[in-house]
Amino acid sequence: MYDVVVVGAGPAGSMAAKTAAEKGLEVLLIEKRQEIGTPVRCAEGISKTSIERFFEVDKRWIAAEVIGAKIYSPDMTEVVMSEEMAGNEVGYVLERKIFDRQIARLAAKAGAEVRVKTAFEKFERVGDKLKVQMRCIGEKIEVETKILIGADGVESKLGRMAGIIRTLKLDEIESCAQYLMSGLDIDPNYTYFYLGRDIAPGGYAWVFPKGENSANVGIGVLPKMAEKSAKEYLDRFIEKIGMKGKIVEFVAGAVPVYGEIETAVADHLMLAGDAAYHSDPITGGGIANALAAGYYAGLVAYEAVKNNDFSAEFLKRYDKLWKEDFGKKLRRNKKLQEKFLKMDDETLNKLAKSISGKNLKEMSVQAIVKELLKAHPRLLWDLKDLFI
Amino acid sequence: MKKRAVVDRKKCAYCGACVAVCNLDANELVETYLEIKENCTGCGACAKVCPLGALSIEEV
Repeated sequence: MYDVVVVGAGPAGSMAAKTAAEKGLEVLLIEKRQEIGTPVRCAEGISKTSIERFFEVDKRWIAAEVIGAKIYSPDMTEVVMSEEMAGNEVGYVLERKIFDRQIARLAAKAGAEVRVKTAFEKFERVGDKLKVQMRCIGEKIEVETKILIGADGVESKLGRMAGIIRTLKLDEIESCAQYLMSGLDIDPNYTYFYLGRDIAPGGYAWVFPKGENSANVGIGVLPKMAEKSAKEYLDRFIEKIGMKGKIVEFVAGAVPVYGEIETAVADHLMLAGDAAYHSDPITGGGIANALAAGYYAGLVAYEAVKNNDFSAEFLKRYDKLWKEDFGKKLRRNKKLQEKFLKMDDETLNKLAKSISGKNLKEMSVQAIVKELLKAHPRLLWDLKDLFI
Repeated sequence: MKKRAVVDRKKCAYCGACVAVCNLDANELVETYLEIKENCTGCGACAKVCPLGALSIEEV
């Protein structure tokens, strides 16, 4: 019997498996794909601090390092944030194919068993443990465990099966498409964000440099507001800004923009990462919170085994930890996203103009909102207490 | 007339977006293969979220 079975070997799952295994638990980490880290479903940006708090960064994980971000309103008014202070929202653009594999390997090295091409099917509570059914390369297998951690992404089967999360509505998810483009003429020191209903209804377009004149060029749109597919918006965006380059990779995906869920636990169960809608509702960034959540889930799994208590009541310790870490930010940025969704292109232009040319030294959502609050206190009045 | 979602396999990038919005859990991403189950009612949520426009609603 295992102490912990973790479903999904993305950053959240591998981090949970690694943490639990390091604490000496018997851990099984399963991944439904035959390879960990592919296909990539991500823009790969992360702040330096949120990765460095867990790892000594390996150069191979980093495709590019950026010192700032440039944000463009629909009329191309530019707002520049330069990272004079140590990194915030984006500092690294990762190579997820390498990064994800490495974290899974660290979990394995810590003692976790890893099984790829193994999909979670269902679980059943039997006495004080769970029976978990999975399919491993076509073959049905059943294992027993004390704890099951669902890190199975935006399409989490486990979370919905357990009734912890509900299905996302069409204004709670971003539909995303991205190209890896090469031969681009861009300043690789910055990440670029393009806002506006016309370009990306309910979302934004991005350009994240990945070294050697290449970049992740992508878009996220809110299905409730979009009239076309994300890929069509992306093609239109590239044409509109006149970006010239060769498409060498295509990425599709979806990001929960739900905000904070009430609880990520049930008896014997914990959810982490996108499966728990941990991604940021305004930036869509998910790796940082996934790593933190995975870490906390691993720790609480250890405490639960030590105390032989797998009740939801006990596992709420995990809720407390992730909520203290980034729950407030999820709540705050959800409010901001709701506000953002109501802004038409004219309003965005007006806001950008009011802070364009200001030297924003800190690269964070909070820094922008603070600056905007100074220029337009009335427009953003209801956000005041959350951001200052 | 009964409706249901149909996937264009040549367009699908098996990203799982459609799975996340299905109220009936009718969509399942089996590794790199999207399966649409019989209980699909063709509500169209998955077609709206698909980044590639690979899903459409057809009458059956």
